[in-house]
Parts: sequence; structure tokens; C-alpha cells
Amino acid sequence: MAKGISRRIWGKVVHVLVLGTFTVLLAFPFYWMLITSFKQNLDLYTMENNPFIFNAKPTLDHLRFLFTETRFVRWLGNTAFVGVIVVAITLLLALPAAYSLARLSGRWGERLGIGIFLTYLVPPTLLFIPLSRVVAYLGLQDSLWALILVYPTFTVPFSVWLLMGFFKSIPKELEDAAMVDGLTRFGAFVKLVIPISVSGILTVVIFTFTLVTQEFVYALTFISSESNQMIGTGIPIFLVRGDVYYWGALMAACLIASIPIAFMYNLFLDRFIAGFTVGAVK
Amino acid sequence: MAITRNKIKSIGAAQSPLLGAAMFSPAVLYILLLVGGPFFLAIFYAFSDARIGNAEMHFVGLENFRSILQSSSFRVAVRNSFIFTICSQIVVIFGANILAISLEKAFRGRGLIRFLILLPWVAPIALGAIGWKWILDSIYSVITWVLVAVHIYKPFSAPIWLGEPRLAIASVLLVHSWRLMPFSTVILLAGRTAIPKDIPEAAAVDGAGFWRTQLQIVIPMMRPIISVSVLFGLIFTFTDMTVVYILTAGGPFDSTQTLPSLAFALGIQGSDLAAGAAISLFLVPLLVIIAYFMLRVAHRAEVN
Repeated sequence: MAKGISRRIWGKVVHVLVLGTFTVLLAFPFYWMLITSFKQNLDLYTMENNPFIFNAKPTLDHLRFLFTETRFVRWLGNTAFVGVIVVAITLLLALPAAYSLARLSGRWGERLGIGIFLTYLVPPTLLFIPLSRVVAYLGLQDSLWALILVYPTFTVPFSVWLLMGFFKSIPKELEDAAMVDGLTRFGAFVKLVIPISVSGILTVVIFTFTLVTQEFVYALTFISSESNQMIGTGIPIFLVRGDVYYWGALMAACLIASIPIAFMYNLFLDRFIAGFTVGAVK
Repeated sequence: MAITRNKIKSIGAAQSPLLGAAMFSPAVLYILLLVGGPFFLAIFYAFSDARIGNAEMHFVGLENFRSILQSSSFRVAVRNSFIFTICSQIVVIFGANILAISLEKAFRGRGLIRFLILLPWVAPIALGAIGWKWILDSIYSVITWVLVAVHIYKPFSAPIWLGEPRLAIASVLLVHSWRLMPFSTVILLAGRTAIPKDIPEAAAVDGAGFWRTQLQIVIPMMRPIISVSVLFGLIFTFTDMTVVYILTAGGPFDSTQTLPSLAFALGIQGSDLAAGAAISLFLVPLLVIIAYFMLRVAHRAEVN
């Protein structure tokens, strides 16, 4: 008996140690952003100081600098603007496509659905060179509309895939009943299927929005002026003046931009995972 | 269309194929235009001498590929792409399995721990990478500070993490593994919860220890889900240029360049569209292989 108990305690200790180590390793950069954001420059750049603690009084100077002397707020606004429009376009394209592939087109629809999923695997780094020419040809260089045009290429495929799974779980009989009551198929889709799919649609909204905030390659390629940057490119590129890194402001910006996105993503995590697992988990 | 007809017996079947096509064609058309089109344009550029700022373009055959294959920075980029992709997946799968095991059972504070563990994946990678750039700073690196504090290095003699080729490669590898471990962990966690509980329990009753149950029963049962995690991980790392671009911009002396970052450096920064397009096409073979395996996993899941 005593042996069993000591083994259980031992197991608990190992469990806590393993989890503790991994959590510290994975979350450390964010702790580092946090503490750097509030340290005085003198504290940051004195090598003898213990960097893990505040050696001088915490300061809000970096935040003040970030919000008043950089275009950070503008970048947040740009990102939100592009995000909202891309979400709208994505829903407009993906909702009907997913429904039609889930319901109307049988086996053929399934193949097309997998085809669309596979385009999600086509990376921006394969397409950014030709797309930079397309954008130039359309006169959209250095315009947020270039991003709005291109971002649905990766948001639509995954959204169609997520929504297909969602629509398939709605019993067909519901729509049949609605159609007996006089609705057309399309009417049933708009008036019945969409309202009961709110949580699926919300998942797509959040996923699309986070993908937009995380994108880097297209924003780097298409956008050049400081005021048109997204957060992902503005912070690493324009908060560095020449060779001078404003580490305090940089870390504050990274943290402020990351945390809301992390929260949103967390809320819908399980649904995203269901999409990623390609049906390998039921 | 014949297939569709017998499949749908519901009311309104007669109008369905047409309506179906009308509903999915905008999305399909959009994807054909902005994914398919540029893809063929990339192939077209790769056989031309297209440059930014030059309207004229000529067919040059395999010239681009010949000069790329001869350049040493391309060979380094290929090597790095494979090092980053394969090594980080080994680290990730090992770590993610351990993490998934430790997170499986409910305990107090699991939600918070999960949130913290997920941060590297859910935060924009460009911003996470900037955090690492500060951690790996040439002078004020916290890692250096710790190493000096425990007397492994003397002050000012510690290595410059992003300044020496080998250390820079290790740093990029570290950040890739850091970024993907949370993703892999949650996927494996989903796989674990889907395993019928009675099988590992029966093994435990039969006297199999914890690790034996894990290694011989649970992990083999999770093979499809582990494959999914690895396949996504391979794609995400192989096609990523953000981590390298922010940490080292390919330096020092092109030693951390990968296929995507080299394509960017030549094609966009160097205005040589043709060379950039040709380099990025080297991503395609691996993408095709991964897509093939992805389909196999999806197909098996469907059959079962």
C-alpha cells in the first residue's frame, strides 16, 4: 500500500515538473514582452542588472511612445479594417459553397470539397511573386485592397472545409420539412440553415480574422508605406528605426496585438482542431 | 450530373444540380483565378527573364533553373529548409506527445495552462519571432546573462546567437519548434480524447505499466492523428519565411536562408521575378507528396 501511495506522489511530482517546464519554455517570450514593456531604458540596457526583475521603477514611457509617436494605432485600425472586409467576403463565398458541397452535389461534391481543402495547403510563399505582379497590374500596390483581394485565397478554402463538416451534421429532414412547407431549397438555406448554424459561422469569422492578423508574406510584399502597414509587418519593420531597436515599445506592441488574438482563438479552439484533423478524429 | 440524381431523393431534386453549381461556383472561380492563375504564372515566370520594372519578357527555357542549381546559396537554402522542417518536427512530436499526455486528465488550472501553452501558436508569428529576437539579442540576451551569471561564459565572451551560422541555424530551429509544439499538442490531445477509454484501461488491468500502455497501445492507435499533425507541421515549416526573415533575414552570409526566404530575397528585393519564381517552384514536389498523404489519411478516416 505504502508503495502505491509513494508512487502516486512521485507521479504527481513528475507531472507538475513536466508541465511546469513546458509551460515556462513556451510562454517565456510573452513574459519577456510583458516585463520589457514596463522597464525603463536604463534598466533594460544595464548589463549588470538582473533582467528577470525590475531594478528601477516600472514605467509607462514605452506605451506612451508607442501610442503617440508611432503609427501603431493606425496599424491596428488597418488590420481590423482588412479583417472585417475579408471576413465578409469569406462568408459570402464560403457559406453557399460549403452548403452546396455538403448537400446538393453528392459524391462529386465531396471530391470538390477535398480539392478546395487541398488549396489551403498551397502556401503564400509559392504565390507571392506572381501575385505581386497581379497586384501591380491592377494598380493596387501599397493598398490595403491588395490584401483584401488576396487574403480570401487562404481563408475561403479552410472556411468551406469547416462549414461543410458543420452543415453535414444538420439533419436533412429539417430542410425537407421546410420545403414541404413551401420554401425553396435556397430559401431553406437562407431562412433555416444559416440561422441554426450561427456557431459554425462564428467559428469561421474568428478563424478568418485570426488568419488575417497572422499573415506576413503578402503584407510584406504588397505594402510599402508606413501608414498602410498591418500589425504583423508594421511592428517588426517600422518600429525599428535604422538599426535602433526600441525594444520596450516593440515588446509592448507585440503583447498588445497578440493577447486579444490569443483569447479569440482559444474560444473556438476545439472547432478549429476538428477542421485540421481532416476527419481522422470523429 | 448523373451521380447527383440518384443521390438526392429529397424534394426539389430536379433543380438541385443547377442551384448547387450556382452556389459553389463563385468560391471555385475565385480560387481558380487567384490560386490557380498565379500558380501557372509562377511556372511561366520561371521559364522567362521577367524582372520588376521591365515590361519585356522573353522565354529562356531552363536557364533560370540552371543558374539556380549552380548557386551555392540555393544549395544552402535547400539544406536549411530540410534541416528546419525535419528537425523541428522531431522535437515537436516528441514534446507534443509528452505534453498531450500531461494535459489529458482534468486538473485545476488546466484552462490557464492550456492558454499559456497555446500562445506561441495563436499569437502572430511575426510578433513571437520579434520577442525571440530580443531574447537572442547580441548584447542584452537574457540567455547570455544567465550563462554569464552561472559562470559558463565570461562577460562579453558569450556567443552571439544570431551572428554565427551554426547558432543562427539552431536559433531558427528553436523558434520553429516553439511555434509548432502547441499546434501539435492540441491535435494530439483531440486524438487522445477520441480513443475509447476501455482499451488502455483493459491493458492496465492486465498489468501493463503506464509507459508500456502509452507506447504499445495508445500511441499506435493515434497513428492517423499523429500523421495529420506531422503533415501540417511539415507544410507550415517548409513553406514559412517569417521566422527566418525576422530573426536573421537569411544571414549571416545567407547561412540561414530557406527556399521561401531566398525566393523573396531574389524575386522581390532583388527584382529578379524569374529567379524567385523558379526557386519557389521547388516547394511544389514536397507539397504534392504531403497532399497525397493527407488524402490517404482522410480517405482512411472515411472508410472506417
